[in-house]
Amino acid sequence: MLNFLQKAIVKSQVWKSIFRVGIPTDNRKRALAMLGNVVLHLHPVKVKKSGIRMSYTWCMGGTAFFLFLVETITGLLLMFYYRPTIEYAYVDMVDLREAVAFGIMRELHRWGAHAMVIAVWLHMFRVFMTGSYKPPREFNWNVGVLLLVMTLMLSFTGYLLPWDQLAIWAITVGSNMARATPLLGAEGPGAAFLTLGGQNLVHVGSDARFGLIAGRVIGGATLLRFYVLHCVGIPLIAAFLMAVHFWRVRKDGGISGPV
Amino acid sequence: MAEQDSGASSGGLKGFTRRGFFSWAAVGWVGFSAAMGGCLTAWGRFMFPNVLFEPPTRFKVGPPEDFTEGMVDERFKETRGIWVINEGGQLYALIAICTHLGCPPNWLAEQNKFKCPCHGSGYYKTGVNFEGPTPRPLERAAISIDPTDGQVVIDLVQKFLHEAGQWNDPASFVQL
Repeated sequence: MLNFLQKAIVKSQVWKSIFRVGIPTDNRKRALAMLGNVVLHLHPVKVKKSGIRMSYTWCMGGTAFFLFLVETITGLLLMFYYRPTIEYAYVDMVDLREAVAFGIMRELHRWGAHAMVIAVWLHMFRVFMTGSYKPPREFNWNVGVLLLVMTLMLSFTGYLLPWDQLAIWAITVGSNMARATPLLGAEGPGAAFLTLGGQNLVHVGSDARFGLIAGRVIGGATLLRFYVLHCVGIPLIAAFLMAVHFWRVRKDGGISGPV
Repeated sequence: MAEQDSGASSGGLKGFTRRGFFSWAAVGWVGFSAAMGGCLTAWGRFMFPNVLFEPPTRFKVGPPEDFTEGMVDERFKETRGIWVINEGGQLYALIAICTHLGCPPNWLAEQNKFKCPCHGSGYYKTGVNFEGPTPRPLERAAISIDPTDGQVVIDLVQKFLHEAGQWNDPASFVQL
């Protein structure tokens, strides 16, 4: 009876349309299954024994990626309750903490963000100390540096969203750095030379900081802009870079081994 | 073979040559690149708003008689980000932005100084720094008397820096 049921399911068109080949019976077919399946192919066909030794890798790259997934899921849930306007941002944040079911969701997102920054730093520290940035992996080190920047930008843009005093003044202080951008910042070196008919081209109403925060001071436009960057713009770039990063790990010969 | 290389004889595409294909391809790529460049430029410009929902940078704060000798007027700090101070026969406007990293300092009347809550920079009533990490004094905004109604006018766009000797500029204070 059970045998019949199993046959009826496995031989059915629905089953075959999902699992195109049967259960692999030899090593070649097992390897091909890994290569041919969209979910399984994310994981390498072969993994070095040293590559799964926790004392060597600390699993920090994996942890950082896991935390990125945690942030994506919890962040998506927060978006159902959070409105990025001056009027609602702070009260929605308090509401998420105090009144919404599973109020821990906001804390998970917050602590996950801290943990992700730490995990990325530790991952880079491990890669540096094991010399894993050396050829042929130097390109992937650079992709990793860009991913670090994306992680910090996610952290920076997310910092404004609670819209409390800490958030507003931290972003004020942080975005003031953009004033000192060479040529593009109003107080940066070279900006004073960019004039047209005696008029300054780069001033507080047209410089890099103005484009970043959509105004001369942190306000509603900044909140909305950072929200869009935080939820859509930067995650998309980070996801693309991560795809390249993981792909290059495999193409460069897998995780580096101990010397 | 020469005929085939020209591509003209090898099928139904009459007059469609290899050279012609690459010419059109070049035009296509240049056009595509120009369109993409235009899109990028437009996108960059799009991110710079034309209208700001911010308070105006030039505003009136009332007649000079409203500001009594020795007082630091805090009425406009919250909305406009300045203190108006009457000291030594002069009226001047200090911009309430710490010159260390841009936080708003507080006026501590009993200690007779400005103190920044972020990192502890301290300034005298004149705006000159004396403690904490800040490297330079607070900035002063342009101040004048409107000749039509005699009110004090502040202009935040024009700033005067003590370290550049600009506090002697007659536009940086009103002589009472």
